[in-house]
Amino acid sequence: MDDHHHHDHDDHDHSELSDIELRVRALESILTEKGYVDPAAIDVLVETYETKIGPRNGAKVVAKAWADPAFREWLLADATAAISSLGFTGRQGEHMVALENTPDEHHMVVCTLCSCYPWPVLGLPPVWYKSAPYRSRAVIDPRGVLAEFGVELPKPTRIRVWDSTAEVRYLVVPMRPEGTEGWSEDALADLVTRDSMIGVGLALRPDQVVRA
Amino acid sequence: MNGAQDLGGMMGFGRIDREADEPWFHADWERRALGLTLAMGATGQWTIDMSRAARESLHPADYLSSSYYEIWTKGLEKLVLRQGLVTEDELAAGHALGAPKPVARVLKAETVPAALAKGSPCERPAPTPARFAVGDRVMTKIMHPAGHTRLPRYARGKRGFVERVHGAHVFPDSSAAGQGENPQWLYTVRFSGPELWGEEADPNLVVSIDAWESYLEPA
Repeated sequence: MDDHHHHDHDDHDHSELSDIELRVRALESILTEKGYVDPAAIDVLVETYETKIGPRNGAKVVAKAWADPAFREWLLADATAAISSLGFTGRQGEHMVALENTPDEHHMVVCTLCSCYPWPVLGLPPVWYKSAPYRSRAVIDPRGVLAEFGVELPKPTRIRVWDSTAEVRYLVVPMRPEGTEGWSEDALADLVTRDSMIGVGLALRPDQVVRA
Repeated sequence: MNGAQDLGGMMGFGRIDREADEPWFHADWERRALGLTLAMGATGQWTIDMSRAARESLHPADYLSSSYYEIWTKGLEKLVLRQGLVTEDELAAGHALGAPKPVARVLKAETVPAALAKGSPCERPAPTPARFAVGDRVMTKIMHPAGHTRLPRYARGKRGFVERVHGAHVFPDSSAAGQGENPQWLYTVRFSGPELWGEEADPNLVVSIDAWESYLEPA
């Protein structure tokens, strides 16, 4: 516990806050008082990424690619335009490339240098994606990483790792599970997990989802 | 710079710590740190490359022991100080002490959706014809710039093939240094596992980076 009480601190409700909480609070106060930021804009930014943008967007893209051969072709040829046609555009998804998994080749995405991730289709990245273990190991030991995620690929399957070192953002199109012929796009989207679109997971099998 | 951000191939970090049903944020300060970082980015006082350079300039021990939103916060402190938007005294006091410096724009709540939907595309008209084409053999340069670069250490001095040509993109090494966009052709370059990691590597591994033209030589 904190046994060094800051008696010179007149703002007593800060005493329980950690160093980083105090630093962020100080920054927000200063930047707001100086008129550089509008706290209401920060509220909207946070609300957008907390409630409006997430991997359900990407799941719709993948489901449509599975169900609609013309869309699949468009997605593989010009992912930015194809994804934009579904309304998913903008910040951290300005230049999109879609990567289709096959029995011969499994794609997996990492950003070894920071945390580059396709926000419009997957939302904000999970902590593990930004963490040193994933960023360090994905390029040198992807099979070991996949094993930790419970994914065992046949030995002959080539593992294709994409290190997002520029502003191009990659979306993996996982393989469509068997037994889903004739499914609607909505039903297919329920099989598409976030991890499968990063390439550290597979799409769910029909028996792994509970249909309402 | 050869900083702690350049993690590809490092060892000893252990297992990947995943959280079931992970929330978007783990504390309210993370929400504010994200919002502040994006809102300050919108003021136009620095580029995304300058932001990355600021985070990378943390002491390696600090970088590796900080959570990602802590890294963002510490990077933002460096940027506002460097641009003269905030003083050290203000950071210590926790409130403004002097007059603001004019900024290009202030993001308002009502313009957030349009700003996010637009993003910041970084493709530019090509200043030169592309030097390389899909299928060309290339070698990445051996270089260790003190400033920002997006050529990771594990992929320097390696032979690979051009797999995709992306058009001309803002050159981060220049943009981070405040020396302008100087767009260059951007390529996806693929390397075999053994080329990067030696003969013990998985022969069925292929790793690619996105590399600007000046990172590459014909091979």
